[in-house]
Amino acid sequence: MYRYDQYDRQMLQDRIAQFRDQTRRFLAGELENAQFLPLRLQNGLYVQRLAPMLRVAIPYGCLSSVQLRKLAHIARHYDKGYAHFSTRQNIQFNWPKLPEVPDILAELAEVEMHAIQTSGNCIRNTTTDQFAGVSPHEIEDSRPWCEIIRQWSTFHPEFAHLPRKFKIAVCGTETDQAATQVHDIGLYIVRNFTGDVGFQVLVGGGLGRTPVIGQVINEFLPWQHLLSYLDAILRIYNQEGRRDNKYKARIKILVKELGVDVFRNKVEAEWQYTKDGPNTLTENEFKRCKAFFTDPVYDTLVNDDAAVSAKLNSDIRFNNWMERNVRDHKQIGYRIVTLCLKATGAAPGDLDAEQMEFVADLADRYSFAELRVTHEQNLVLTDVKLVDLPALYDALQREHLATPYTGLLNDMISCPGGDFCSLANAKSIPIAEAIQRRFDNFELQKQIGEITLNISGCMNACGHHHVGNIGVLGVDKKGEEFYQVTLGGSSDRQAALGKVIGPSFAQEEMPDVVDKVLQVYLARRQNNERFIDTYNRIGIEPFQEHVYAKAD
Amino acid sequence: MPKLIDTLGNLVDNAWLQLPKDATLDHVVQSSSKLVLVPCKLWLAEKASLLATGKTFGLWFDSDEPVGPINADLALLPLLALNFPTFMDGRSYSKACVLRQQMKYEGEIRAIGDVLRDQLFYLKRCGFSSFDLKDSVKLEDAQKALKDFTTNYQATVEEPVPLYRRRA
Repeated sequence: MYRYDQYDRQMLQDRIAQFRDQTRRFLAGELENAQFLPLRLQNGLYVQRLAPMLRVAIPYGCLSSVQLRKLAHIARHYDKGYAHFSTRQNIQFNWPKLPEVPDILAELAEVEMHAIQTSGNCIRNTTTDQFAGVSPHEIEDSRPWCEIIRQWSTFHPEFAHLPRKFKIAVCGTETDQAATQVHDIGLYIVRNFTGDVGFQVLVGGGLGRTPVIGQVINEFLPWQHLLSYLDAILRIYNQEGRRDNKYKARIKILVKELGVDVFRNKVEAEWQYTKDGPNTLTENEFKRCKAFFTDPVYDTLVNDDAAVSAKLNSDIRFNNWMERNVRDHKQIGYRIVTLCLKATGAAPGDLDAEQMEFVADLADRYSFAELRVTHEQNLVLTDVKLVDLPALYDALQREHLATPYTGLLNDMISCPGGDFCSLANAKSIPIAEAIQRRFDNFELQKQIGEITLNISGCMNACGHHHVGNIGVLGVDKKGEEFYQVTLGGSSDRQAALGKVIGPSFAQEEMPDVVDKVLQVYLARRQNNERFIDTYNRIGIEPFQEHVYAKAD
Repeated sequence: MPKLIDTLGNLVDNAWLQLPKDATLDHVVQSSSKLVLVPCKLWLAEKASLLATGKTFGLWFDSDEPVGPINADLALLPLLALNFPTFMDGRSYSKACVLRQQMKYEGEIRAIGDVLRDQLFYLKRCGFSSFDLKDSVKLEDAQKALKDFTTNYQATVEEPVPLYRRRA
């Protein structure tokens, strides 16, 4: 993991002092609400339905056990004992008290964490694939690049008052677990024909009110030019992005209005001024960042183990868990383990302080004291020995963290929704729970197979509903909560936006609606087609017919 | 009292008369000030007539007005002021960078309008050289704010070498 040096530490201390003073001035009435608003937002502090919400950055999802223990401590001492992992690989505390927030930030700084730019019209936490560095199918480890972008974007003076928020994702794997194409900037790490590393650059992707898949503006940007090129994109956006209408202020609207070719030309023209200047990345800086993400000292192991095989044969639940939550690792004898935070009855992505400490202990014991947070709101232990899996499973099982649903229907993404969020039109968590209860059966889940179901409580799409194979959007109809369903969304390399199936549904209808959609899929699928493949083959009509069919 | 400060937080005299956005050539001729800060539109429309008055000119730009069109005139203009209709409008940060980095402007760039304490540090890093503070901002607060951070990551106007080329 990246470790702070004196410069990083100093900046964080300066920030805490700055925010402490801003908070003091606000509470003393010296700073108007409207003036404090963007300041607190750029420190991750929202004023929510019931209390402030503090969003803490987990840079590109990398978290140490020490940091997780600190988060547990904050949950317990400053909040109500739990917190929520978000689709931006961040963590949210729902009940902090404003006067205590500077103290929370000081505590976070002790473990090299902060809430900088987790909200507001600025460059947000850069996200990436949760399996970076350990996946067997990797082009290049994305983490050093994410760290380079993190430093470039942190306190960037020119881009602190953009037209709207700005999100960057980096992906270095073939599969793309980072929803790269629905970010303001998406960066795919690629190699050219001579083997040099660079980036395929996409711009103008995004969800929210107007969902758009990003478009390529550069097929191969040599890595040395990453920061000057990002500067050029942001400078065009900062000056030309719309500021008259908040809903048209994201870069996707600018790219659409100009057309991608005109936008590309503008960026290229802007870039000529800084290309090859002092902001050209150096081999040294790349090596310095890369050195923080070297492999741990792996043991020399083999890829099978008699005790594991025996338990696979004797313990069906262990077998299920192995099948869904354990993935291949690039290192022989090691596995990647996902902790699916989707136990039925618990809010997706929520973890209480005791569980956090428990997971931190497991990371210490089994995975070199590090974890990852996924944009699907799960946690990952990246480097677990195959031989340790039975013991790890037993431990997880005791704490209800061995839910074997990773990548299946019940592993759904859900925003906090109307139970917490003041932007929401409708609740999300009860919908997630009702669907989870209906399908809480491993054999059934397995029969359905790989599928994504994403729920957002409003158009802002924190739950990524547009790119769920099944998407659910909470809408307000004359003061009542209804749910609009989309089908066919996807956030991987074949990113696609879901299509609305028809008129929206009442909350209590939702499990039946999902059931009917799945009935069509199961009846029509060929061979072992995934849901999305069947959908792409047969289209939305058969689903519409069945879901809206009148009972005889 | 409006307060004008430089990047070190020192109070400086403001000898410039700023004319409103709809000012005309007549306003300039009638004004007794030798130093006149005119809207950029007026300059673009009446450059020759303005110069014929023998006065010295600075230009001010609203946040939606580009600085590119005055590229050839920079040597005539000792002051350029960039307006913040609201502190949330960040366009002028980029404009200051463009003036310094691309157009190589070396005169004074002044932040005017909704200029608050908590913007000052970033404005300074983007190449602004003076700040026309809002009435509500206390001088000592502004001076403190110009030192909010001791070090920064990025390559900027103020420090063109990024931290990664300077790290010990």
